[in-house]
Amino acid sequence: MTAIQITNVEKSYKSLKALGGVSLSIEEGEFFGLLGPNGAGKTTLISTIAGLIRPDAGTVAIHGHDVVTDFREARKKLGVVPQELVFDPFFTVRETLRLQSGYFGLKNNDKWIDEVMENLDLTNKADANMRALSGGMKRRVLVAQALVHKPPVIVLDEPTAGVDVELRQTLWKFIARLNREGHTVVLTTHYLEEAQAMCQRVAMLKSGKVVALDTMSALIRRISGSQLNVHLSSGDVPADLRHLVSHDEQGHGNGNGNGNGGKRPGSSYSLRVNEYAEVEQILARLRESGAVIDDMQLQQADLEDIFLQIMDKGTV
Amino acid sequence: MNFISVGFQTLLYKETLRFWKVATQTVAAPILTAMLYLLIFGHVLEGRVEVHGTSYTAFLIPGLVMMSVLQNAFANSSSSLIQSKITGNLVFILLPPLSHWEIISAYVLASVVRGVAVGAGVFLVTAWFAHLSFVAPLWILVFALLGAAILGTMGVIAGIWAEKFDQLAAFQNFLIMPATFLSGVFYSIKSLPPFWQAVSHFNPFFYMIDGFRHGFFGVSDVSPWTSLAIVSVFFAVLAAIAVSLLKRGYNLRH
Repeated sequence: MTAIQITNVEKSYKSLKALGGVSLSIEEGEFFGLLGPNGAGKTTLISTIAGLIRPDAGTVAIHGHDVVTDFREARKKLGVVPQELVFDPFFTVRETLRLQSGYFGLKNNDKWIDEVMENLDLTNKADANMRALSGGMKRRVLVAQALVHKPPVIVLDEPTAGVDVELRQTLWKFIARLNREGHTVVLTTHYLEEAQAMCQRVAMLKSGKVVALDTMSALIRRISGSQLNVHLSSGDVPADLRHLVSHDEQGHGNGNGNGNGGKRPGSSYSLRVNEYAEVEQILARLRESGAVIDDMQLQQADLEDIFLQIMDKGTV
Repeated sequence: MNFISVGFQTLLYKETLRFWKVATQTVAAPILTAMLYLLIFGHVLEGRVEVHGTSYTAFLIPGLVMMSVLQNAFANSSSSLIQSKITGNLVFILLPPLSHWEIISAYVLASVVRGVAVGAGVFLVTAWFAHLSFVAPLWILVFALLGAAILGTMGVIAGIWAEKFDQLAAFQNFLIMPATFLSGVFYSIKSLPPFWQAVSHFNPFFYMIDGFRHGFFGVSDVSPWTSLAIVSVFFAVLAAIAVSLLKRGYNLRH
């Protein structure tokens, strides 16, 4: 079943086109990443999903319920952690969570509230006023508020912005558990290593448009491939492999951890590899040509490389 | 629409709890202000002015009670909304599946609770200063509740419209305050020159206070039925505006 269906969503603010016809389909149970630089339209898209922004054109549906025309059902199925660190200064943590439960039509929800607080290390702050909490603690309460009604779809808009390692670990452990239990998770973050570790599928936005949409593994494989770094103590890369060379250094330290920082004889090359099977063919061809390999490393492209590549090119 | 849904009950509870947690500011302070009005105006005018055949202090007390009801009902919904908008925590109301009916009903009813609580407090501390009669208690109740609901609804409209605290202050200082003070809280409009009497008839607040006062003394500047009709229509118009703004997400959902 489709958890979130976004169809041709457009949104403009005067002359600024925040979203230019975004279409996405996020399946139930997915851990989905929404990435992009500042101003790409991520928060506008999330606000549209949450019903906080009304699109100029297009539709958004949560579990088949349109967020505008069938907003009650759509919102019941959605929990959103907003990016801004907002709180109501009149209430304690427990009051805040009980009120949020009530807004979603839930009475006597203390068992789940206690469990959420326990999982987010908030239990000993349950009776503290929101004003008395640190920024990290307030962020935890925001996450807890989004989860009080056990929404099948959880949207996290930069949930770890400006928070410490402990909260990140606590948060990701809990969110990963919810995802394993079947909750769909949509994440926006500037921490790409988090997205790479957590997300199964990713959409990248640039200037209000989707410029990449794929599974994490396919995105890494298809867009950037891997780099085979070799150091040749003698010989050279044959002409028929030259088109794979992305970088070469003659007679320099290879930077691969020999630690002397000085020059060493030979040459270093980086060759693009699309599939692992090509590695053996390249090594065999180098040996055939008389080159002597004295060091090699296969370097996997990471999400940051891909992100930079896509943002630079603007499209896949 | 479901007025007694858990969502509605929770929002009503939250809005009531919000003002009760700062009751010194939201309940005690307006009671003290009304008391000061009574002491000063009563001291100066008692024995010099008689209205509807009753002493000035006795005439003034229902006016002060109703003024407190109206001003505090407005303050409750308007201040809650503007604070939530400016601090950003309004998102907690906008994200859940609350309908515009549930939202407006909860905000208005909480305003009624605060308005009536303050009005009751003002009555309790001022009633000792004059002998008051209760000719038609039902009119007292009807106009107190309707007046509080009207000002609670105006507070919702002002809270939605205003984007800054000074815009809300302008609404309060240039609209609510003059309309309240010129509604006959401190005088009977029959003591005014004909032109200003005529002008007063265009002020809906006049009918709220005149009808409320009728419940105490059995006499008023206009028939309580006329006041009820005018005040009811005014409420219906304001409620329609507030519902429309919420439904459209004006200044709330962009």
